[in-house]
Amino acid sequence: MGVLLHTKNVSKYYGGIKAVQNIDMQVEQGEIFGIIGPNGAGKTSFFNVCTGNLQPNGGEIWFNGKNITGMRPAKIATMGIGRTFQNIQLFNFMTVLENVKIGYHTHEKTNVFDALVHNKRYKNDERTTHEKAVALVEKLGLSGESDNLAGNLAYGVQRRVEIARALALEPKILLLDEPAAGMNPIETRELSDFIKQLQKDGHTIVVIEHDMKFVMNLCERIMVINFGQKICEGDPDHVKSDKLVNEAYFGKGTTF
Amino acid sequence: MEKLKNFYEKRKTLLILSLLAVAIVLPFLIDKGSVMSIIVKILFYVIMASSLNIINGYSGQFNIGHAGFVLIGAYTLSILANFGWPIWILYIVAGIVSSIIGLVIALPTLRLRGIYLALVTLGFSEILRLVALNWTGLTGGPMGIKGIPAPWFFGLRATSPHNYYFIVLIFVILCLFTSYRVINSKVGRAWMSIREDDHAAMSLGVNIRKYKAINFMFGAFWAGVGGALMAPFYTFIDSSMFTLDEGFNILSMVIIGGQGTLVGPVVGAIVVNLTTEIFRFANEARLLIYAVMIMSMMWIRPQGIAGTSRSVIANRSLGRNGGGFLAKLFKKKEVK
Repeated sequence: MGVLLHTKNVSKYYGGIKAVQNIDMQVEQGEIFGIIGPNGAGKTSFFNVCTGNLQPNGGEIWFNGKNITGMRPAKIATMGIGRTFQNIQLFNFMTVLENVKIGYHTHEKTNVFDALVHNKRYKNDERTTHEKAVALVEKLGLSGESDNLAGNLAYGVQRRVEIARALALEPKILLLDEPAAGMNPIETRELSDFIKQLQKDGHTIVVIEHDMKFVMNLCERIMVINFGQKICEGDPDHVKSDKLVNEAYFGKGTTF
Repeated sequence: MEKLKNFYEKRKTLLILSLLAVAIVLPFLIDKGSVMSIIVKILFYVIMASSLNIINGYSGQFNIGHAGFVLIGAYTLSILANFGWPIWILYIVAGIVSSIIGLVIALPTLRLRGIYLALVTLGFSEILRLVALNWTGLTGGPMGIKGIPAPWFFGLRATSPHNYYFIVLIFVILCLFTSYRVINSKVGRAWMSIREDDHAAMSLGVNIRKYKAINFMFGAFWAGVGGALMAPFYTFIDSSMFTLDEGFNILSMVIIGGQGTLVGPVVGAIVVNLTTEIFRFANEARLLIYAVMIMSMMWIRPQGIAGTSRSVIANRSLGRNGGGFLAKLFKKKEVK
């Protein structure tokens, strides 16, 4: 079990605002790693730096033994980092199946000429993509929705489609940005079970979440960010009892 | 419309074959050369509108200077034809030259989108027209290029609209066929993902720059072929045939017909051209009719005549995300 994703002193500033300051994070192969923190703590910024959507102002990001600092998001995705977005970003006017098919983009080798002449490579690609996409859609319990436009689906279902699409990339690590947001308790529990299942299937998962119960039950290790700085890291029990974490969430106690 | 679509899906092959049969028989039913040349003209616009639809409708880039690519195609063919190159080969050469120019335009503008890209393409189209107007040595300047020879077709020179019709028809079919195939592949899916949400597309490993460039090249190729087809038919070209108005004309066909569908531009080209012919008596006033048509289309049926509820613009304005077509155009690059 080696370190899969390693950020070294990563910082991100928006002008004078230090959204992320010197964060060190090591995600081990095969674990579920949680990132929590109050609103505006810099969690999503940190995520975006990891996936290349934002360029860090300092520090390095290593993935699977390679330095990926400064690479384009598409390149990073190709290397095996899949992600979902905090505000769901599906291809709204394509069907669920088409959404998932685009996820397989990096695994297809078709170019324009293959598509024109319908050669073996095209046929292979189309067939395997279709089969895999149908299987994945079924695995996530979306079979009934596969021909519906993604934009017309219920919120919880859209979250699942987004996860399906990210899984289609067949990533080594999956970054989930608030996957349980807007879900009811039952859906949240299902999601939690599903993520555990993914871990059993060999995926490494990093999850940002506000739902404490969800995170505490799910994650093996948790990092707490506040005002862009890492204030605590460890297993759920350690985090729960940490003084700084409690201060961040509940404020400093006053003595009378 | 949905019913119509279902009907179409069920009897696809039969419908396409019967349409093809009608298209082949058509010149034998129509005697008048003038009517036939209108039909040939419609076919030119089918190619141009379809190629613009590849760029605007499928990858969501906003190109309004499509006449520029048409110009490149027409001039490439006309200039090289004077050196005695065979016309049939020149159709393809014109397409390739146009698509290379498309790449040249696409590369520096890959970061632009919406209204900014629209402005660049507009400028590009106008610059090309001015170059064609002033580079007298190469393009004949304001005199244009005369005497462009017609290609050989089954042993005779295809000078009459009746003969030339078949040549254009071949390219129309090729254009729609290749578009269909590319759109239903990895490449087409990548284009649509960029149209829908480029951040999400990036997160799935879609190389946005590459696919936008391919998209531009593909669209420019067929625009070039469209222009190249025009030249031998009119036997004369000059820069006034490729003004910005021409670009807007093509754009209006795509919008009226329905963006993001293969049938849309075909329907659009037919409807717009027929309207032009029917209201020819009204001279300049027919531009008013045009404007009313586009505005009422935007109002009543934003997805275009052939567009279903799944087509791009319709959903932008009707879908749950709202925002509208214009909102999309002016959307700035957000950092999420």
